Amino acid sequence: MAKGIWVVVEQNRSKIRKVSLELLSRARVLADESAEPLVAVLPGSGVADLAAEIASYGADKVILIDDERLARYTTGAYTSALNGTIGKGDPRLVLIGNTAMGKDLAPRLAQRLGAGMASDCTGLSSDGAGLPLFKRPIYGGKAFAEVTASALPVVATIRPNAFALATPDASRAAEVVNEPAKIDPADLKAILKDIVVAVSARPELTEADIIISGGRGMKGPENYELLEKCADVIGAAVGASRAAVDAGWRDREFQVGQTGKTVSPTLYIACGISGAIQHLAGMGSSKVIVAINKDPEANIFTLADYGIVGDLFEIVPLLTEEFKKLVS
Amino acid sequence: MDIVVIMKQTFDTEAKIVLDGDGKIDGTGVNLVINPYDEFAIEEALKLKERFGGEATVVCMGGERAQEAIRTALAMGCDKAVRIDDPALADADEWVIAETLAKAVSAMPYDVILGGRIAVDDGAGQAPIRVAEALGVPSVGSILQLEIEEDTATVTRETDGGTERIEVKLPAVFTAQKGLNEPRYPSMMGIMKAKKKEIAVKSLADIGFGDAPAPKTKIVEFSLPNPRAGGKTIPGEPADAARELARLLRDEMKVI
Repeated sequence: MAKGIWVVVEQNRSKIRKVSLELLSRARVLADESAEPLVAVLPGSGVADLAAEIASYGADKVILIDDERLARYTTGAYTSALNGTIGKGDPRLVLIGNTAMGKDLAPRLAQRLGAGMASDCTGLSSDGAGLPLFKRPIYGGKAFAEVTASALPVVATIRPNAFALATPDASRAAEVVNEPAKIDPADLKAILKDIVVAVSARPELTEADIIISGGRGMKGPENYELLEKCADVIGAAVGASRAAVDAGWRDREFQVGQTGKTVSPTLYIACGISGAIQHLAGMGSSKVIVAINKDPEANIFTLADYGIVGDLFEIVPLLTEEFKKLVS
Repeated sequence: MDIVVIMKQTFDTEAKIVLDGDGKIDGTGVNLVINPYDEFAIEEALKLKERFGGEATVVCMGGERAQEAIRTALAMGCDKAVRIDDPALADADEWVIAETLAKAVSAMPYDVILGGRIAVDDGAGQAPIRVAEALGVPSVGSILQLEIEEDTATVTRETDGGTERIEVKLPAVFTAQKGLNEPRYPSMMGIMKAKKKEIAVKSLADIGFGDAPAPKTKIVEFSLPNPRAGGKTIPGEPADAARELARLLRDEMKVI
């Protein structure tokens, strides 16, 4: 009988991804409701030191799969190792962050486990009959689907920023178990040759608490410096609309929208963005939306909590100065 | 080189989403297109075909309406297509979709299988990767570049805040991310040729399933997001408006 909620914890250079801690925070509440254990699985190499932090977010048990071959994420090795451990543990629910790793790993792992999967969930509860209930945006956030499982285990990837972080409790202890990585040689057909990490002091777009984005109204790539200056005062990431990316002003990885990244920060500041339906789909779940646009008829104002009708080249530097006063 | 493209027809991203009387997504009057990420997969397949020769086959699950998207893929330059259409697939989840597609693909020769990294309708991003697992071949998701030398592919894959380069033995499955290429438009000649190309329509029994695989997840309800109560603009001179905005964000919303 499948039992327990498992969270696959993702680490990068010995730092736990924030979304993994969000999952542990939410899963702790669910595990208490259903009176079942919360188990964290951490694949990696030399990651034993991270167990205490995982325990502080509520895990009852931490399974370390510590192996040199798991030092960096690769699809085959991670699928192999996790399939063995999860298959043996027989959990009800397996949660993974919807990160670059999660998107690549989870479907493969689900298929190997013979499991169903709900992708990119923003809601996670129980249907009252002991089965998980997932809420997930579809059509790029223009609608939602509620999904249940008709077979267990079920895998779900969870969108970053969907759940609040719990306050860590350093006095919480978890049972820590080391499990050898059983990796099928057939799973090693892909070799990671090198990794290029973009050098940026700013947070990653999908995990950022604050995003300041620029669209067609930025008029050119050189003007994004205005947004960058503002972003660095408040610790924000800098995004862009599809129009700005298609014009070649910003790299594609910063595009917010239905064919770019879907984000749900606590604060989204849209500058010179008209609010095309594809853009709204990508940021409509932000908690607070601010729009700065010189066109009072711009569609973005229909969903902005606060709008300023005016010239962003004048407003943004003024706002940056105000933020400086607040954070100093 | 034998190339298979897994393709899906989706709503145009301009489409406004409404629910019908049964609470389902209403497709009435919606413009249907090739899933934008699948267009990158098709373009990459055509580039491989141009370079190495061989055939590009489109595999698509869908009803009669999907015929139009398939015809477009053929007009772009794909050689033939299989459309899997069966009433038993009405409640298909990603598990069923993958089992079905994998069964169909397993009967074909393939060196490279391409698909979009996600479909813009259900946003699941599962099918091509699950198909790789079902076929027992490696997969790399979200690729930005694909180079092939004999039986080895070198791909650049997008990560969070960077990229990585992966070498993988063929056959393999790749999912296309925006940036991989610029999809071509069908030429007039292509559109003419596409009319004569084969689209095989197959049922589950035709591809070798006695019974349809049982879904493992089920959609119980669709809903629309709560409309946001937007529209509050902050009046005043720019300096005053900026000061007021900063104050509201800190004191009222507590987000700064």
